[in-house]
Amino acid sequence: MIEAVGPIKRKFAPWDDPTLKPFIRFENVTKRFGDFTAVDNLTLDIYEREFFALLGPSGCGKTTLMRMLAGFEQPTEGRILLDGKDLSGIPPYKRPVNMMFQSYALFPHMTVEGNIAFGLKQEGMDTSSINTRVAEMLSLVKLEKFAKRKPHQLSGGQRQRVALARSLAKRPKVLLLDEPLGALDKKLREETQFELMDIQVELGMTFLIVTHDQEEAMTVSDRIAVMNHGIIAQIGTASEIYEQPATRYVADFIGDINLIDGTVSAVKDGIATLHSASVDATIMAETGTGEVAVGAEAGFAIRPEKVQISLEAPPAGTPNVLSGEVWDIGYLGDISVYRVRLAGGSIVKATVANLTRMVERPITWEDKVYLTWPADAGIILLK
Amino acid sequence: MNKTTSWFNVTSLVLGFAFLYVPILILVVYSFNASKLVTVWGGFSSRWYVELLHDEAIIDAAWVTIRVGILSASFATVLGTMAALVLDRYNKFHGRALFSGMVYAPLVMPEVITGLSLLLLFVAVGFDRGFWTVVIAHTTLTMCFVAVVVQSRLVTLDRSLEEAALDLGCPPVKTFFLITLPLILPGVVAGWMLAFTLSLDDLVIASFNTGPGATTLPIKIYSMVRLGVTPEINAISTILISVIAVGVIVASVISHRSQVEKEKAERAVFLAG
Repeated sequence: MIEAVGPIKRKFAPWDDPTLKPFIRFENVTKRFGDFTAVDNLTLDIYEREFFALLGPSGCGKTTLMRMLAGFEQPTEGRILLDGKDLSGIPPYKRPVNMMFQSYALFPHMTVEGNIAFGLKQEGMDTSSINTRVAEMLSLVKLEKFAKRKPHQLSGGQRQRVALARSLAKRPKVLLLDEPLGALDKKLREETQFELMDIQVELGMTFLIVTHDQEEAMTVSDRIAVMNHGIIAQIGTASEIYEQPATRYVADFIGDINLIDGTVSAVKDGIATLHSASVDATIMAETGTGEVAVGAEAGFAIRPEKVQISLEAPPAGTPNVLSGEVWDIGYLGDISVYRVRLAGGSIVKATVANLTRMVERPITWEDKVYLTWPADAGIILLK
Repeated sequence: MNKTTSWFNVTSLVLGFAFLYVPILILVVYSFNASKLVTVWGGFSSRWYVELLHDEAIIDAAWVTIRVGILSASFATVLGTMAALVLDRYNKFHGRALFSGMVYAPLVMPEVITGLSLLLLFVAVGFDRGFWTVVIAHTTLTMCFVAVVVQSRLVTLDRSLEEAALDLGCPPVKTFFLITLPLILPGVVAGWMLAFTLSLDDLVIASFNTGPGATTLPIKIYSMVRLGVTPEINAISTILISVIAVGVIVASVISHRSQVEKEKAERAVFLAG
């Protein structure tokens, strides 16, 4: 069994407190590389002690944003403030931020100790304090026995820990993590995610992580900014982004989603009625964040786990019913994924938690099934 | 790979190596000839080596050659490393293609032209030809070789290592000496050894640019040969070949050893799981 260590995490939402000033502020930041705009007039606030994730596909500008904070790139326009101080013109070696590199960038000609002590030596710290801090860092990442080894004598997971220890050693105001767990295998990655969270709470630092792995972002961070083509598509907590996606892009990028296109035929009390010709059905759902007008082309988005699948027809008059036949089944152990083919030919996914130990599931291929969901389970997203 | 040795392969190998090394082998063997006649074997002896030690002109020339080699190799290493850094780092500056072409051009430039152009330069600026003109000429000749060797090392260097050092508070110049230089050192040392050996065996450029009191060993040997080949020349040539062979071998061992060691350690970690 895994034992719980460290303090219990409590609700933490400084972004909801209007009296707090942001700790890091990207102010109308634009970065161009020649003709290519990597970051496009982006404004973003990150609060002290926050674990903030920049999430997006490769080329969305998330790494560029982080490198501008570290000082390796200069914004073409706009400015970056750290604790109220403008960072423009301050070189990377004078910024109170440290970065953990994707490749780890461990100095191959130095030992583990030498790597961790490197930043402290640059600060001009005295030898005994350096030794104390290095020992502290080694115990934090559980590498005491490997102090005298060179990086090439370590495994991938150990190198990752050395890189983390080295970037934390100077106690930076902000730690930047560039795809920190990308090179680890799945199990180790999950363990390390929780360790990162513990370390962040323990040291009380602000962490900014760049990742393309949505599970990682959702696990570790307090808030996530989903990026696309140099802009922020949505900022919010993991559950906000998952349950209330602001755009189709976010809905599609995070998790799995069914999207049904149609035309809005009525809007009343925040509930829109959508008629879809492609699946020949009328759907009622919450309107979400956008302004939804009658006659608008819109999409209905619903997560597969919120779709109930049944062999029996619901009572007549029940809203939000689709019927079709089971096209494909994916058994994943904890859940099963049913891909249901509707009369019009489109596929809707529904997942069911496998709560019993039956090997033969009641619903099987080619069964005629009914898909239903409550009115608040899905969301209307404008095109 | 085909492991069976066919008569064809063996023959090609023997012929190829014979073509390359028989002349040198004959030279080495005859340097131990007791007879004064170069082409007649008169038994084993090391007398020509002993005689060399008493020939002050040759000792002087050797000393000049070594000093020229060390100085020019050192200058060439500094300049060549700087050129390699620029070529590796600033890939978008104006005229980069021209610059890199100009750095590598002396590699294929006929030595006669390099020598002659330097001679004209020294005459034009009124620089008396002698020891230092040979040093400068050899620096010019060898720095492009250093640039090539160092650049090949820089290409494999992960730039994020330098960024990590900057990120940890190390200013750029210090980063170069603490991180970059130690990591490219095998390339720099190999470049120095290469420059040194090139300087040792250069005749053409040195003879254009030398002056009174700055006779290098190749010039000395060449002038001696014009009066007839003596076993003494064989002896000194053998020594020169040995020095150059050792230099080249050391240079290649240095540049390969670190790589091999790294791979070995990585394999050990992998096998240990």
